[in-house]
Amino acid sequence: MSPTTVALTMIFAIVFIGATIGMLAGARRKMDLEQWTVGGRGFGAVLMYLLMAGETYTTFAFLGASGWAYSRGGPTLYVMAYLTLAYVVSFFILPQIWEVGRKYGMQTQSDFFSVRYGNRYLAGFVCIVGIASFIPYLQLQLTGLGIIVSIASFGGIGRTPAMVISVILLAAFVFASGIRAVAWVSVLKDVLMVLAAAAIGIGIPHIYFGGIGPMFAALAHAHPAHLTMPGATADLGHTWYVSTVLLTALGFYMWPHQFSATFTAKSSDTLRRNAVAMPLYTLTLAFILFAGFTAVLVVPGLANGDLALLTVVRQSFPPWFLGLVGGAGALTAMVPASIFILSAATLFAKNLYRPIFAPAMTDEQVAKLARVMVVVIGIVSLCLAIYTSTTLVSLLLIGYAGVSQFFPGVLLGLYWKRVTTAAVFAGMIAGVATTIFLMLSHRDPWRGWSAGFVALILNFLITILISLLTQPSQQGEARGAHARA
Amino acid sequence: MVPVKKPSARALALGLIPFIAMCFSVALWDRVYPMLFGIPFNLFWLICWIVLSALCMRAAYRMESAREKTDSETQ
Repeated sequence: MSPTTVALTMIFAIVFIGATIGMLAGARRKMDLEQWTVGGRGFGAVLMYLLMAGETYTTFAFLGASGWAYSRGGPTLYVMAYLTLAYVVSFFILPQIWEVGRKYGMQTQSDFFSVRYGNRYLAGFVCIVGIASFIPYLQLQLTGLGIIVSIASFGGIGRTPAMVISVILLAAFVFASGIRAVAWVSVLKDVLMVLAAAAIGIGIPHIYFGGIGPMFAALAHAHPAHLTMPGATADLGHTWYVSTVLLTALGFYMWPHQFSATFTAKSSDTLRRNAVAMPLYTLTLAFILFAGFTAVLVVPGLANGDLALLTVVRQSFPPWFLGLVGGAGALTAMVPASIFILSAATLFAKNLYRPIFAPAMTDEQVAKLARVMVVVIGIVSLCLAIYTSTTLVSLLLIGYAGVSQFFPGVLLGLYWKRVTTAAVFAGMIAGVATTIFLMLSHRDPWRGWSAGFVALILNFLITILISLLTQPSQQGEARGAHARA
Repeated sequence: MVPVKKPSARALALGLIPFIAMCFSVALWDRVYPMLFGIPFNLFWLICWIVLSALCMRAAYRMESAREKTDSETQ
C-alpha cells in the first residue's frame, strides 16, 4: 500500500469510529432539551473530566501552541500557565454556578444572566456576543482540521472535502445525541491525543538530538533569546505575560460552551474534584512544546508556524503514525466544533428566538428549533471556513477578549448582592467596545498590556462604580424566574 | 437569586499560591539556566507548578468539603 493509502485509511477509521460512538451515545435516551443540552445533569467525575479536557484541547493547543513555540519562543509558555490557573478559578465559581443552575433550571450562560439580572436585553446581548465570539473559533477549528487532514494524508484528501465530511459527521452526532455525543467522542479523542503527544514530544527530540536535554542545549546555543520572553517577538514581555495569563484564566469559563458544560455535572462536588485534577492534563502540552521547539532547529524558515508540528512529524515518522496523528487531530477539531455548534444552536433557539419572537414556544419546540439550527450553523461555518481564511487568529483573540467581559457580571452576580443590572450592562458594553477598538486599531498589546485585560479592568471599575450609584432592583430574580416558567 | 456559599478565606489563599507562582513572579523565573533534567528553567518551573497547583487545590478541596460536612451537621 502507498503511504497515502495507509495514512488515509488510518484517518478515516479513527474519524468514523469517533462518529459512531457519538451517534450511539444517546441512543437509549429520550432526547428532550434537558438531555440534549446538559445531559440530564448526570455526568460523573470521569466523564466530566474528559468532556472539559475535550473542549479545551482544541486544534489551537495542538497546532497553535507548537506553532508559537516555533515562531515566537518563550511567550508560548503562557498557555501552560493560563490553563492551570483557569482551573484554579473554576474551583471558586463553577460549584456555585452549578448550584444556582440546578435551582433555576439553567441550561445556558444566557439563562444565568436572565435569572440573575431579570433583563432580557442584557441576556440577549450576552447571547449575541457569545455567538459572535464562537464564529471565528469554529472557523478556526474547521480550517485547522482541513490543514491537519490534508497534510497527514500526504495530500490524499483536500482541505475542502475533509472539512465537508467532518461537518456532516459532527452535525449528525450532535443532532442525534447532543452533549452526550460530545462527551463520549472526547473519550476517544483524549486517549489518542495523549498518546500522540507523548510519542511526538519524546520521539522527535530523540530522533534528531538523542533526547530532550541535548535538543534544548542545542537550541539555547543556537538561539539564546528564543526560550525566554519576549522570545522572537518585540513586545510580548513580562507585562504582556501577566496581563494575558490573567485575562485568559479569568475569561476561560466565560466561553458559553465552557459555562454551560458546568450544568452537565452530577453535583457541585464533581466540579470541585474536577478542578483539582484538571491541571494535570496540562502536562500533555509540555510534549507539544518540546516538538515545537525541536522544529525550530529541524525545519527552520517555515512561513506559517502552525504547520511546524505536522511538517516535522511527517518527515520523522512512518505513514501509519502520521495517519494516527491526523485522525486524532481531526477529532481534536471535531469535538470543540461540535460543542460550539450545540451551544450556539441552543443559545439562538432558547435565549434569542423564543424570548424575542415567540414567547409561547414550549421546550419541545425549542429543542426542535435548536436541532434545525445545528444544521444551519454547520453549513454557515463551513461556507466561512471554505471561502474566507485570513486573519483568523486575530478574530479569535477578539472573541476571547469579548467573552472575558462577562466575568464581572458572573463573579459579582454570584457574590455581591449590591451589583445592579444597569452597572453590569454598562460595564460589559464598555469592555466589549474597548476591546474591539484597541484590537482593530492594532493597539494590542497596549503599552505592553494585553488589550482585553485593559478592557476587563475598565469593565470591573465601571460595574462597581455604577452599582454603588444605583439601587439594586429586587424584582430581577422574580422576573427572571417568571420568564423561565 | 439564592445567596451562594462563599469559599473560605483559607481556600482562597491556597488558590492564590498558584497565581503568585505561575503568573505574578514571572520576572524571577523566566530564564534558561540552570537547566534541570535538560529542560530550561522557566519551562521546568511551570511543569513543577502544574503539579503543585493540583496539590494546592487538593488541600483547598479537603478544607471546603470538611466545612460542608460540619455545616450540614449543624443544620
